[in-house]
Amino acid sequence: MATVLVFIDNPGDQLAKANQELLTLAAAAGEPAVALNGPLHDSVEATMAEYGVHHIYRPAVEELDDYLVAPKAAYLAAAAGQAQPAAVLLDNTFEGKEIAGRLGIKLGSGVVTDVTAVSGSGSGLTATKSVLAGGYTVESTVSTGIPVLTVKPNTVAPSPAGAATEPEKTVIEVDAASQPAARITGVEERPASGRPALADAGIIVSGGRGTNGDFGPIEALADELGAAVGASRAATDAGWIEHSAQVGQTGQTVSPQLYVSAGISGAIQQKAGMQTAKVIVAVNKDEDSPVFEIADFGVVGDLFEVLPQATEEIRKRRS
Amino acid sequence: MENKALKIVVLIKHVPDAEFDRHLTGPSHTVDRSTSILSELDEYPLEAALQLVEAHGGAKKAGHQVIAVTMGPDQASAAVKKALQIGAHEGVHLSDEALAGSDAAATSLALAAVVKQIGDVDLVMAGMASTDGETSLVPAQLAERLQLPQVTFASELELQDEGGTYRIRARRDGDTHSDTIESALPAVVSVTDQINEPRYPNFKGIMAAKKKPLTTFSLADIGLETADVGFDGSWTRVESAAARPPRSHGTIITDEGDAGKQLVDFLEQQKLV
Ligand SMILES: Cc1cc2nc3c(=O)[nH]c(=O)nc-3n(C[C@H](O)[C@H](O)[C@H](O)COP(=O)(O)OP(=O)(O)OC[C@H]3O[C@@H](n4cnc5c(N)ncnc54)[C@H](O)[C@@H]3O)c2cc1C
Ligand SMILES: Nc1ncnc2c1ncn2[C@@H]1O[C@H](COP(=O)(O)O)[C@@H](O)[C@H]1O
Repeated sequence: MATVLVFIDNPGDQLAKANQELLTLAAAAGEPAVALNGPLHDSVEATMAEYGVHHIYRPAVEELDDYLVAPKAAYLAAAAGQAQPAAVLLDNTFEGKEIAGRLGIKLGSGVVTDVTAVSGSGSGLTATKSVLAGGYTVESTVSTGIPVLTVKPNTVAPSPAGAATEPEKTVIEVDAASQPAARITGVEERPASGRPALADAGIIVSGGRGTNGDFGPIEALADELGAAVGASRAATDAGWIEHSAQVGQTGQTVSPQLYVSAGISGAIQQKAGMQTAKVIVAVNKDEDSPVFEIADFGVVGDLFEVLPQATEEIRKRRS
Repeated sequence: MENKALKIVVLIKHVPDAEFDRHLTGPSHTVDRSTSILSELDEYPLEAALQLVEAHGGAKKAGHQVIAVTMGPDQASAAVKKALQIGAHEGVHLSDEALAGSDAAATSLALAAVVKQIGDVDLVMAGMASTDGETSLVPAQLAERLQLPQVTFASELELQDEGGTYRIRARRDGDTHSDTIESALPAVVSVTDQINEPRYPNFKGIMAAKKKPLTTFSLADIGLETADVGFDGSWTRVESAAARPPRSHGTIITDEGDAGKQLVDFLEQQKLV
């Protein structure tokens, strides 16, 4: 069966759900192999084995993280040279897409980003994605080279393979320093909020300019629902919440089960990031706000009244 | 030592205006470009380029040059003209019927050839994504084709004068961390909408733009053939496209004191709590 190579970057000591999803897709399309960057913990190796990974490739050097993208793409191309895969899968982060982009040129292979479903097997994969801010769903194939796909989170339910494998390991030589690459000279970690990550959250509660800087009611409802906190660009530009919380064209594109929009007018750039949510609830003082055009349930009202009442009500009904 | 004058190419795309309904048309499902504008996300790299020039002696005094480049159909020259009005010094329009339907691989091939044709370019600047293609692949693929470092998704950018040459320093914000990135020139840079407030064209700019050079290149001018670009030169193919049914709204209520409770009723019905 054809190998499907999955790039996994610094998984730490636990394989993230998004990576488990990639392995699940790879197993459906062929035999999964992994090109890993970063340390390989026993726990991660065990998970890879459960997902049917038959081969793990690792770079001979440790400094791939010191550069922006190019050496990682060179490593992945070298791993692909060994593995001879029928397709390559990566995550859909900025970096995943950029590595895919450079890899595509190196291999002479077409790249499809923002993939939400994969069907077929081997090199005959069809990738589904949504374009024009969610206006269309298209199915794409790769006509030259092998499919290189970057896949969004929540595309499949992670499911381990029938029988665990014993992955073979191969070290790949890569000359990081000779790649045309910018150097990463400083990394500033941001403190984790403790809430779910926006990208793969099942529920998101978002606030906009209407919060007037007070995200208290947004956070309280989010915590009651176990949700991630999002925001409009007006709110992030004002510095009320960090930029990584921005939903929309230039923030995150999300497709949760439930998106609660509070104090957000629903400009086209905001809609572009959230209109593929399964259920949309909007709370806004102004009945003419465009957000109501796409809300499954809308409340014309003050978020400072409506949200706390809803939070309290959920708490009551639960106890 | 005196620094060499900077030659900056800014890549701008002519895209369908998102304020109107946008459509895919034809057997190959390409974007209908009838109501197009300069991509708003490409105003940011243009502004960033102009600010770099201003921060390092200005165009007139130091001889720096900002060249706005687009690849697209005839009408796309409107985007270049707008860039000239905003402040770019020269414009280049790669226009050829054969370019229609180019994916990121073909687009990066053509744009790389334009950059080589212009020659001696220190910085290629791009937006974080085109508002129609939205792949963010072009800057990375262009960097790969030109064998240059990429400094992408910059939310802050400066050129440090190192006596005789410049060094790029940028900040790139990820979901969990922010990185400081440094690179020598030449390089490909892309910038986010966090980096600046793009300026508008003013009357003086609009008048001045009329006298600025706008060169049109055909494929032959940049040494490419029809089969290298467009549908033939693309490595991906759109097999089918389905318009998402427009989202319609459900129940809209006005708060009369119990809307929070009604909201929870709705969530319960939907089995979301
Ligand atoms: C290049 C570009 C990229 C952009 N990218 C994004 C993006 O990724 N994401 C994004 O969101 N925007 C983006 N924008 C900005 C977008 O155009 C809007 O300006 C922005 O979304 C507005 O944010 P808002 O809805 O919070 O603010 P406003 O439009 O000011 O709306 C505030 C709303 O709050 C309501 N309100 C006020 N008080 C209350 C209250 N007490 N209770 C209930 N409701 C109340 C008001 O009725 C109003 O509808 C982008 C713009 C540009 C030019
Ligand atoms: N046809 C084009 N002409 C000029 N620049 C382009 C073109 N396509 C993409 N770009 C540049 O590449 C960036 C990213 O586009 P994309 O990879 O399509 O998301 C854009 O913001 C532009 O700066």
